[in-house]
Amino acid sequence: MTAVIPILRTERRTLSAKRLPRSAPGVAGLTAVAAALTARGTLHWTGWFTAGFAAALVHLLLLGAWSVAVEGRRRATDRVAGILVGACLVAASIPLVMILGYIAVKGAPALSPTFLTHSMNGVTGAQAGGGVYHALIGTLEQVGIAAAVALPIGILTAIYLVEFGRGAFSRGVAFFVDVMNGVPSIVAGLFVFTFLLLGLGVRPFGAAGSVALVVLMLPIVIRSAEEMIRLIPHELREASDALGVPRWRTIVKVVLPTALSGLVTGCLLAISRVAGETAPLILLVGYSARINPDPLSGDQASLPVMIWDQLGKRSGDAGAFGETRAWGAALVLILLVLAVNLAARLLARLTGPRSR
Amino acid sequence: MPPRIDVHNLDAYYGDFRAVEGVTISVEPGEVTALIGPSGCGKSTFLRTINRMHEVTPGGRVQGSVRLDGQDLYGRDIDPTAVRRTIGMVFQRPNPFPTMSIYDNVIAGDKIAGIKRRKAVFDDIVESSLRAANLWPEVAHRLHKTGASLSGGQQQRLCIARAIAVQPAVLLMDEPCSALDPISTLAVESLITQLKSDYTIVIVTHNMQQAARVSDRTAFFTVADQGMPGRLVEHGPTAEIFTAATHQATRDYVGGRFG
Amino acid sequence: MTKIVTKAPSGRRAPLGPAAGGAFPGIRALPGAGRFGDRVFRTLTAGSGAFVLVTMVAIGGYLAVAAWPALHANSGNLFTTQVWRPQADPPVFGMAAIAFGTVVSSLIAVAIGVPVAVGVALGVSQYLPRRWASVIGGLIDLLAAVPSLVFGMWGLYYLIPHTRGFQQWLSTYLGWIPIFRNRTATVAGQYGQSLLMAGIVLAIMIIPIVASICREVFARTPGATIDAALALGATRWEVIRSAVLPFGRSGIASAAMLGLGRALGETIAVALVLSSGFVINWHLTELGGDTVASTIVLKFGEAGSSPVAIAALMLAGLCLFAVTLVVNATARLIVARKAVTS
Repeated sequence: MTAVIPILRTERRTLSAKRLPRSAPGVAGLTAVAAALTARGTLHWTGWFTAGFAAALVHLLLLGAWSVAVEGRRRATDRVAGILVGACLVAASIPLVMILGYIAVKGAPALSPTFLTHSMNGVTGAQAGGGVYHALIGTLEQVGIAAAVALPIGILTAIYLVEFGRGAFSRGVAFFVDVMNGVPSIVAGLFVFTFLLLGLGVRPFGAAGSVALVVLMLPIVIRSAEEMIRLIPHELREASDALGVPRWRTIVKVVLPTALSGLVTGCLLAISRVAGETAPLILLVGYSARINPDPLSGDQASLPVMIWDQLGKRSGDAGAFGETRAWGAALVLILLVLAVNLAARLLARLTGPRSR
Repeated sequence: MPPRIDVHNLDAYYGDFRAVEGVTISVEPGEVTALIGPSGCGKSTFLRTINRMHEVTPGGRVQGSVRLDGQDLYGRDIDPTAVRRTIGMVFQRPNPFPTMSIYDNVIAGDKIAGIKRRKAVFDDIVESSLRAANLWPEVAHRLHKTGASLSGGQQQRLCIARAIAVQPAVLLMDEPCSALDPISTLAVESLITQLKSDYTIVIVTHNMQQAARVSDRTAFFTVADQGMPGRLVEHGPTAEIFTAATHQATRDYVGGRFG
Repeated sequence: MTKIVTKAPSGRRAPLGPAAGGAFPGIRALPGAGRFGDRVFRTLTAGSGAFVLVTMVAIGGYLAVAAWPALHANSGNLFTTQVWRPQADPPVFGMAAIAFGTVVSSLIAVAIGVPVAVGVALGVSQYLPRRWASVIGGLIDLLAAVPSLVFGMWGLYYLIPHTRGFQQWLSTYLGWIPIFRNRTATVAGQYGQSLLMAGIVLAIMIIPIVASICREVFARTPGATIDAALALGATRWEVIRSAVLPFGRSGIASAAMLGLGRALGETIAVALVLSSGFVINWHLTELGGDTVASTIVLKFGEAGSSPVAIAALMLAGLCLFAVTLVVNATARLIVARKAVTS
């Protein structure tokens, strides 16, 4: 018991530290903005990107140097890291705001009741008028069929993985679900093209696109459903098991209803993710300017392919009015996607386990 | 000479909820002060206000003053990170850095702060800190294994070594033995008695026998009801609190009648 | 484990008392139907799981069979030929240029997108107060819902025209680095649809997915480890460096791989943003460039009924499938290995 605590080193212990004034970031920020504006004027930068970037850089260097001088290296590193993180947040948020804003500005002029209720039948690129009705019908049918197939299979697979999945087979399924999540949409399109269109020797039709969407949707549905079902506490199953209820009835009567809102949220998110898919549809459903309500035969329009068409990517000529219609259709598409997406999150927020 | 701590009229909040109210207490240098009381009485929260760890929890803020040898730790120019280097802390569950070796865990305080020293100096710090924590013989041959390879009691002593490696003046211990088996508990308790000549020690404990064994002074906290703030009922020499407490609540608690 | 499972039902089936169905008649009544239902249900769900495996195998199999004719018909070298003329006589096509474009644009995307995404994830999980974190986090997630077609349109009609000056600046001042040098353009208006811009658009597109995975990983950093760092006097950044990042390292790597997979396979946005060229060009600010995916969708229309042209595109698709398979499997294995070791 020789409890000798050696004094390792003696450092003058100071608890107080010189700090920059609270206004320092503001002062540095204003200086940086002023510097960037001056530079923009004198160096004749045209856009705002450069000025914004320069302002951020000057702010970083200024505050960093000031902080090193007053507060020392550790505080300065901390500040610089904070600024960089803030810059990342801004840099990632700006594109979203700009994209939504740009689509709204470009698409709004095209929107009108006529636009929503008319097809492009007989309207050439050089003519005004026409609308998205045929494409809207196509998209709703194609995505609807895809959802009707993918959602049940996806949820059943998720149940298997959580409730029964042991051993190599289920590990294999879980692995390939993750890998399938990364299958490029164009590859899914090519696959369906070979086995369905080439295989049956038929022309493109609406439901063929749905098959590709199923491939893209499945992993998303499975992953989110799996997560939701796993959230159900084990005790709930044990309580049901202890009552002598067969496993499948426990799942159907106890597990699924408890996870319901989470499952619906996941399904809606999956739908919103594939509703804007373009590449496989270009290969599989063709395009028709007329209303084709039958997803099982004949070319069918869809919003993404209509946009592609109006941009002149199919025929090679957009015409004078094509681009406006393309933006209008894009606005309709993004509103549709965002509506489903926001509905999903609203549901999650209202009923989710984490809300209080 | 380790420093004394004077807390005056201290309130601690989580958002709008006042968790601790009106604590005034002096912690004498070179002694072990035990904080006891039923769960939810705010003793751990109070402990975390002493090294300014309370304010890192979301919504956490503090009113009142904590003086270390007369210097207010909540004063204007005080750097909280310097406070935490001066007042070390050991937690309820051993929490060595999982990605670091035993060696690196001991010098983590310097490594994290980016303080560079010669290898020989670091070697010295590692050996003397581990010796001070009564862990050296057990780990000397495997300093470069990960800290997670140790037993719970060894991990906790590693955390104590890590805390004293930065040369603090005060050690705060938040139920340091609650996750340990009886033998490891004994090892940590005997370590605490060895350390008290060099550090002012404040220990939160659930275990009254432990408080009786290791502490010189005891402070009893309690809480009237859920949702009410915790208060300091009384404090004094441990023997006095356990045999002749002034308040009925204290007598009931140490007598095992509640909590 | 399995023993217990098989034992339980047989125990149920056997009568408990000496008299069959005597003391506890209910014990025999229920289980038969339950066990049958269980078996049906189990088969149904396992069948759904099998569907995933079958689909993955079928994708590879069908593409391989469909691509086979292209290998024989090709008079060029698949790996070194840069042009794509499967309808010429004899057909000549190769993956050199399109593979180059795919890899380069994706690497640019990862180089820009992953650091920004990690920053976003750190900001949301470590810096912002909870209320703001959920707002910004939701906003970034919303970005993931924007269709890639819309990204492409925005890139082509807004971003590229507005960043011509930036590309010119790169070429003028950093032109001594060959990749930034543009040998053909003299005024800003001649800059535009380059591989660099494709990479930037892809970077924006992969930020949400990489950020959301990283955010989840960072949020799982044990509070005890963070406390340990704080109690040693760490600043916020030091906590991140010593506790959050080491803990999340494999998660970041996995997220980066997933982001790379997305970028490699992205089709329609790239098809809009790039202007085709079919040559390997290291000068990334110059016009032109193709990726495997964009070539498939752009050449599909003109492939028409030419079997060789279709087969060539299938071959390209098969390669893309194989590469993304490897990349995504790697991402998954990084996380799985971490789970085993910790």
